[in-house]
Amino acid sequence: MSEQSNKVERPLSPHLQVYRPQMTSVMSILHRATGYALSIGTIMVVWLLIAAASGPEAYAVFAKFAGSNIGLFLLLGWTVALFYHMCNGIRHFFWDMGYLFELKKAFRAGYVVLAMTVILTVWVWYCACPWS
Amino acid sequence: MKLKWKDSRFDSQLGRAKGLGATGHGVDHWIHQRITAVANLPLMIWLVWSVVHHVAGASYEEFVAWQAQPLNAILMILSVVSVFYHAALGTQVIAEDYIHNEGLKFFKLIGIKLFFSATAIACVFSILKISFVG
Ligand code: HEM
Repeated sequence: MSEQSNKVERPLSPHLQVYRPQMTSVMSILHRATGYALSIGTIMVVWLLIAAASGPEAYAVFAKFAGSNIGLFLLLGWTVALFYHMCNGIRHFFWDMGYLFELKKAFRAGYVVLAMTVILTVWVWYCACPWS
Repeated sequence: MKLKWKDSRFDSQLGRAKGLGATGHGVDHWIHQRITAVANLPLMIWLVWSVVHHVAGASYEEFVAWQAQPLNAILMILSVVSVFYHAALGTQVIAEDYIHNEGLKFFKLIGIKLFFSATAIACVFSILKISFVG
């Protein structure tokens, strides 16, 4: 008994290994994953700016990498991650103001975020098509 | 009788009076994450638009001429400051959630702050150099 009474009642997180993934929970962790990926992706911006400030040779090295297949692949990942994080960030703003908590609305807003991510990514790469 | 959170040893009377919670920073971190998120929204729309129209495929001369314009320099500096601060706050939360070794966490949190401060300063210096010197 005395052992029990020293325990603090804290909320328990769902046990991930036995918890069925749902659209809402997967989208939640994706917000974190994209935020983390974008944070690492800032290195690309740092490289661009330092290279441009250093001179034509340094800039050429960056431009060659950015235009390579790996560079373009990273940039594609960057656009997907940014648009997902941006749209889902707006979903977060609604939650912070107390809206969209009803299960149906939370799901519907989630599908809007996923659709907007695809639409914006396709649109941007159509506008900036590197092969045109 | 079960103890409630407010009676636990993690919440002393002085701590409760200060109202700053377990981190000692109250809700500042959360608020700053939102403020920078709101700022990021227009800034990232501008950045993507700019990359598509001015940066993608630009030669050295073209990029420097674009970046040197005052409005572009100002918006780029604002983007770097807002996004890097937002990223530092965000990655801090992730580290706090997943690193359970206090010593490791301590160094990771310092590393995050040093990394984003250093890269932000490097970016701002580079933008100013391009603007003033070319
Ligand atoms: C484009 C506009 C952006 C908006 C509207 C936005 C919005 C948000 C919001 C509302 C949160 C808090 C989520 C929560 O409390 O669970 C958040 C977290 C975060 N953001 Fe952003 N963000 C944006 C851009 C960025 C960028 C460009 C980066 C990285 C360079 C970034 C990195 C992060 C990280 C690492 C987190 C922490 C994730 C977590 O705690 O799970 N965000 N963002």
